[in-house]
Amino acid sequence: MTHTSSYEPSTGIEKWLDQRLPVPRLMYDQFLAFPTPRNLNYWWTFGGILTFMLVSQIATGVVLAMNYVATPSMAFDSVEHIMRDVNWGWLLRYTHAFGASMFFLAAYIHTFRGLYYGSYKAPREVLWILGVLILFLMIATAFMGYSLVWGQMSFWAVTVITNLFSSLDAVIPGLGTRLVQWIWGGFAVGGPTLTRLYSLHYFFPFVIAGIVVLHIWALHIPGNNNPTGIDVKSARDTVPFHPYYTIKDGFALALFALFFATFVFYAPNLLGHPDNYIPANPLQTPQHIVPEWYFLPFYAILRAIPSKLFGVAALLGAIIVLFFVPWLDTSRVRSTSYRPIYKWFFWAYVVTCVMLGYLGSQPPEGIYLVLGRIFTAYYFLFFLVVMPVVGWIEKPKALPGSITESVLGPEEAPPATPQPAPRRRTPEPVL
Amino acid sequence: MTTLPLHGIAGAAGLALALAVPLGSALAADETPPAVEAANHEPSIESQSWSFTGPFGVYDNAQLQRGFLVYKTICANCHSMRLLSYRNLGESGGPEFSPEEVNAIANEVQVTDGPNDKGEMFQRPARPSDPFHSPFANDAAARVANRGALPPDLSVMAKARPGGPDYIHALLTGYRPAPAGFQLAPGMQYNVAFPGHQVAMPPPLFDGAVKYTDGTKPTVDNYARDVAAYLMWAAEPKLEERHKLGARVIIYLIAFAVIMFLAKRTIWARLHGKAAHTA
Amino acid sequence: MADTTHVTPAQIPLPDEDDSSRRDVIMIAAGGFAAVGLGLGLWPLLDQMNPDASALSQATTEVDLSHVEAGQAITVMWRGKPIFIRYRTPKEIDEAKAFPVDDLPDPIARNANLPDDAPATDANRAGKDRENWLVMIGICTHLGCIPKGQAIGDPKGDYGGWFCPCHGSQYDSAGRIRKGPAPQNMAIPPYAFTSDTKVKIG
Repeated sequence: MTHTSSYEPSTGIEKWLDQRLPVPRLMYDQFLAFPTPRNLNYWWTFGGILTFMLVSQIATGVVLAMNYVATPSMAFDSVEHIMRDVNWGWLLRYTHAFGASMFFLAAYIHTFRGLYYGSYKAPREVLWILGVLILFLMIATAFMGYSLVWGQMSFWAVTVITNLFSSLDAVIPGLGTRLVQWIWGGFAVGGPTLTRLYSLHYFFPFVIAGIVVLHIWALHIPGNNNPTGIDVKSARDTVPFHPYYTIKDGFALALFALFFATFVFYAPNLLGHPDNYIPANPLQTPQHIVPEWYFLPFYAILRAIPSKLFGVAALLGAIIVLFFVPWLDTSRVRSTSYRPIYKWFFWAYVVTCVMLGYLGSQPPEGIYLVLGRIFTAYYFLFFLVVMPVVGWIEKPKALPGSITESVLGPEEAPPATPQPAPRRRTPEPVL
Repeated sequence: MTTLPLHGIAGAAGLALALAVPLGSALAADETPPAVEAANHEPSIESQSWSFTGPFGVYDNAQLQRGFLVYKTICANCHSMRLLSYRNLGESGGPEFSPEEVNAIANEVQVTDGPNDKGEMFQRPARPSDPFHSPFANDAAARVANRGALPPDLSVMAKARPGGPDYIHALLTGYRPAPAGFQLAPGMQYNVAFPGHQVAMPPPLFDGAVKYTDGTKPTVDNYARDVAAYLMWAAEPKLEERHKLGARVIIYLIAFAVIMFLAKRTIWARLHGKAAHTA
Repeated sequence: MADTTHVTPAQIPLPDEDDSSRRDVIMIAAGGFAAVGLGLGLWPLLDQMNPDASALSQATTEVDLSHVEAGQAITVMWRGKPIFIRYRTPKEIDEAKAFPVDDLPDPIARNANLPDDAPATDANRAGKDRENWLVMIGICTHLGCIPKGQAIGDPKGDYGGWFCPCHGSQYDSAGRIRKGPAPQNMAIPPYAFTSDTKVKIG
């Protein structure tokens, strides 16, 4: 990051460190002084919430890993040992398990915010792509984590989802089967599968953390988007991140934590499935194999397609299509607030995702299957047809002159030109 | 002049509603997983009232002690509970037997230990630190003794079935003669609560089977209720501790949220000096 | 989307340092609450490493001594530690009794069955009313090695007890430190004889 920095080390230690590894300067520039649009609403607090959730999952996960045993004969019992005998084990386990759901709730809200306000549009395409990559890694991590309990649902979810790869046999005979055996480490899901799921489940969150760093870096080059979708034009449009958004993010986090705690302490098994309290039995399949709620929309899409291979393709496609959104959307304005026609299609997409979630929990037959196919069709039409076409033909509403104008009103806003003779602190040499 | 963020309010309200409905029903139902209907013949599971449901739920020690008595007298002949130890019976938040009672309960049971210096396994009375003795050495032995059916371990049964303790009570009181036209397989029993309505377990409870000493009527319904509560404790021994800590954490978080809101308003009011601001 | 007036954060000049340093009461309250919450949240993460309930539940071991003869010693495990049980000969008992307690490097009995300040007389070290039995945690009090002296051919040191090969500590026939760097007598665990030939440890 090349630019002026206003950081002035005050103590001797700060000066010493600043000359050797300017981490305090970096933190100050990026998280204290950082100029942030003044009009961000509460949908913007979920980035901070997600950071908190990543830390929470890693912290609870690392201490759970001190007590968990990853072998088929001991996995289920070791989780119960944590629940019963380990000091605070019940709290750590429920926080971690329900935390996964809270993590996805925040991630989905954060993603929908990005879609609505056009935060993926130039110059933030890489930011968006990194975000989709994080979502993909989250999905993999959560799937592996759930399997570690080694209950009936854990075991059979792994069996079913890894078996999907055998659909590649239709493309190259034998390839799918070889691939699945490689994933399993055997001829069925078993001990080798469990140990490698454990290893990768521990590893992936740190990969996620690294990509989060890149995600924030990619954000800080152009700066945050805002509800109007128009660019920052002057310093008047911004406030320093601290204290304005540190305190607002803190407030939102307190509310989120309150919501989280209510479930952890009073309904911790609400989003779980009773079958996962039955130890895994390779000889008996549960009546209905259902994934956790945050996978249900994708599960519905998978089961909507009659062909195994194309079902898998649709499942992967539902996530992969997200990578291309910056180029699929042809609109000249960012924020859906100013897109009267697109707005309806967007909310229809939200309804679609919620409905697919519900349908994923039902058996894929009768009316459930019909609706699943209809909503799957719209899911893909939204990205592949609506985004390019509506963006092209729509006439957006008039945008405000500046962010400040949108906040203060036109009569009080100064002219939207950059201030003359900007004050700068001691300029640092460009690195 | 600030524009009302209508879409924001609508979105927040919608989100709040979408989350409040399951949250409200969750708090009402609390620990028990919701009962679902079977694919055919809806099982009949009535909601019972339990002392431990709701955010202020606690276990009834006397009921848990009676429930343990039912388990020990009847269920333990076929069903293991290997995730529990005898010392759990004396821990707070459970039946809370006295240390002497826990010792006595443990000493009644012979468990296998060893090998000794001669390389042999031997029998000795159980200690509080031992896990509950299982009636059968392994699953195969259990099946042989039960005409091929495996009596499941009951340690987490109250969480492993939709309906939880309601289901357990319904199952134990749900034996009826098979209705006309119902094809009952040989050796099976008709039960209104069991999915599919055929269960291999013969009715385990009958009036007077267990001697209650605290005046509670020794009926099948009471036995079913007490053992269901006991099994709920066995599955969730930390429920009381969880509820208690939860109350404190939530009070703290409400206070914290209020303070953060006031702090946020104070900070953002600084923009009033320049001009009106948006939240 | 060419926006020529787009200003990146890098180009934004900084606002006045006017209000950022104001410390309201509410800000201090917020910071305090957050710090307390963080500390309370950190505690379970640390406390879970402490021994859990199953480790704390007094694990006891019963030992059958019927095949142990005079002059013999056996080693059993209790709570993961070796327990030395020696059937002492009369000579060993007399030697232990003869030495004045006040001259011992460690005059305290270190017996979990007695008060903390009980003196290290042979009676306070050996079994109650069973002075020929010595039941002891077989861990050298210096740095934790397991002393030699249990087996017939083992070196026993100059005092007929135990010899620690790591740094040369020597214990007498009552398990008391006599010479070497160990600071304390080897500890006596909680135990009780349940019959003439059975002892329950823990």
